[in-house]
Amino acid sequence: MSASAEATVLITHAVGLHARPSVKFTKLAKTFAAEVEVAVAANGPWLDAKSIVKVMAAKAPKGTLLHIRAKGDGAAQAVKALVDLVQRDFDEDADHARSA
Amino acid sequence: MRVDGIPASPGYAEGPLFDLDQPPAAYQGKTNATEERAALEGAIGKAVGRLAALIETADGDAAGILEFHIAMLEDDALSGPAIAAIGSGQPADAAWRAALDSEIAGYEASDQDYFRARAADLRDIRDQVLRALSEDSEAAAPPGAILCGQDIAPTRFLETDWSTGGGIALERGSTASHVAMLARSRGVPMVVGLGATARPVTGDALLDAERGGIVFSPSPAEIEAFRQSAAAFADRQGAAKPFLTEPAVTKAGTAVRVQVNIAYPSDVDGIDIATCDGVGLMRTEFLFGKTLPDEETQYRAYRKVLEWAGDKPVTIRTVDAGGDKPSPGFTVEETNPFLGLRGIRLSLKRRDIFRVQIRALLRAAIHGNLKVMFPMIATSDEYSQAAALFAEEQAALAAQGVARKLPPLGIMVEVPSVALAPEAFADVAFFSIGSNDLTQYVMAAARDNAAVAHLNTVRHPAVLRLIAAVAAFGRDKGIPVSLCGDAGGDPAAIPALLEAGLRDLSVAPAQLAMAKAAIADVPV
Repeated sequence: MSASAEATVLITHAVGLHARPSVKFTKLAKTFAAEVEVAVAANGPWLDAKSIVKVMAAKAPKGTLLHIRAKGDGAAQAVKALVDLVQRDFDEDADHARSA
Repeated sequence: MRVDGIPASPGYAEGPLFDLDQPPAAYQGKTNATEERAALEGAIGKAVGRLAALIETADGDAAGILEFHIAMLEDDALSGPAIAAIGSGQPADAAWRAALDSEIAGYEASDQDYFRARAADLRDIRDQVLRALSEDSEAAAPPGAILCGQDIAPTRFLETDWSTGGGIALERGSTASHVAMLARSRGVPMVVGLGATARPVTGDALLDAERGGIVFSPSPAEIEAFRQSAAAFADRQGAAKPFLTEPAVTKAGTAVRVQVNIAYPSDVDGIDIATCDGVGLMRTEFLFGKTLPDEETQYRAYRKVLEWAGDKPVTIRTVDAGGDKPSPGFTVEETNPFLGLRGIRLSLKRRDIFRVQIRALLRAAIHGNLKVMFPMIATSDEYSQAAALFAEEQAALAAQGVARKLPPLGIMVEVPSVALAPEAFADVAFFSIGSNDLTQYVMAAARDNAAVAHLNTVRHPAVLRLIAAVAAFGRDKGIPVSLCGDAGGDPAAIPALLEAGLRDLSVAPAQLAMAKAAIADVPV
């Protein structure tokens, strides 16, 4: 039996799950052994969260309720880490403050 | 056939020409699907490698975009449909193009502006790989070749093997480009600004990146002379090194000021201010490229150099457009541009443009030891008009409470009328002899015409006599006289210039050490 986890998180970043956030999101997802998927609707379609091509293709703007689910080793940690990243607006504001 | 340009990285190269402007080769199809797939994967890897190299030099926002491109390229989901199409018999280029076009169509259909804009990124990604695919079929430059064309991409420079020599000769280009900086740091000879002259694209050539020029289809005599110059250059470079960090002094113990000529603000990044006595000539034509520069852009450029120089003087020349340096929207087309509306003549005609530069200079003056000079002065009236504009703008800025300072105003001595009758200019703050133009006007030999190049020498007695007269006039009236033409950095001309009475030379940064070494040999 392998572990599984699921959560939803609201995208609050101004332009949504766009280029730079997608890079961060998929890089973080790849650090987990678990199979991780995202969807912009509860009934799918579910997309590979480790593929930036797939995540970008979801074209999730601000206000999207993002569904994240994981299966396998570290599934719960993976979901929690990704939810945290979205809630922190992908650390984008901090980056902008630094470069300003 | 010799074509003159601007030295961007000193040195000499002799070798076969390699044409940078040949049309991109078409992708050569492979014999089976396995090879097609390998070609696509290789091209994607090449594109990723290039982007990774670019990230090194990019700032925050640009680096973020490049990182996104790399992440997309490294994702198997992007190449998956293309690999599948190759498996069913398609060539790599068509398969990749179809796969990306369908991805691009998805972004273009988005109702979100932001995601629709990503279609441009996808097109960029698509084209980077297509380029890498076709380049595999392109001939690489042979070892030791002189790469010649309009311009050169940084990736081309990085991919070229320079271990066996070679060089770069560009019609356009800039001494401030990334490639120029790379070339200087790696010691690859490079000349820019050759202009769009009709020239051979094959055969041998001689690249002289010390003075700035290239000889196409050289004669045996030209090859012989070139090799002597190249060998002498290597010897002198080695022997001159210790002189760079020392003040310049002649054999008789006479101190000589040696300043540098710069064409771009970024030129100073590679110069240790301790090795020179200031900037004898900062050109401002770089600002007048495709569009006219605003005051703020100019102010920032001047301020950067002034702050770098600290207490040492920085002599900025007001824009010397016209002649062989056209500027769209500013200069006019003429049948005889060297004798036409150029330098101060043009600035006084287009006062709206000149006033912007004047304001930027007055504002920048508070940040260092600024001196300003006017190019192509022929009569004292031109100097008076230009000086009056400085006074007017100075008063206007003062009325607005803007921080500013009126710098000493001097003139270039390059029109023979000034050198012959300098007494009309007893009220200028300083003279700077522009030996390139002075020589071409005295000898009636155009600088850009190889057929009369033998006449174009500063060491002709007529030119030297004029230089000596200006130096004597300056000594007599207490007006400083310097020289900022190419002759100042030419070890062969330096003895004659010092004998003519000059004690202040301004040279290309790369010539500093050699100029100081040559000065140490002169017995004046």
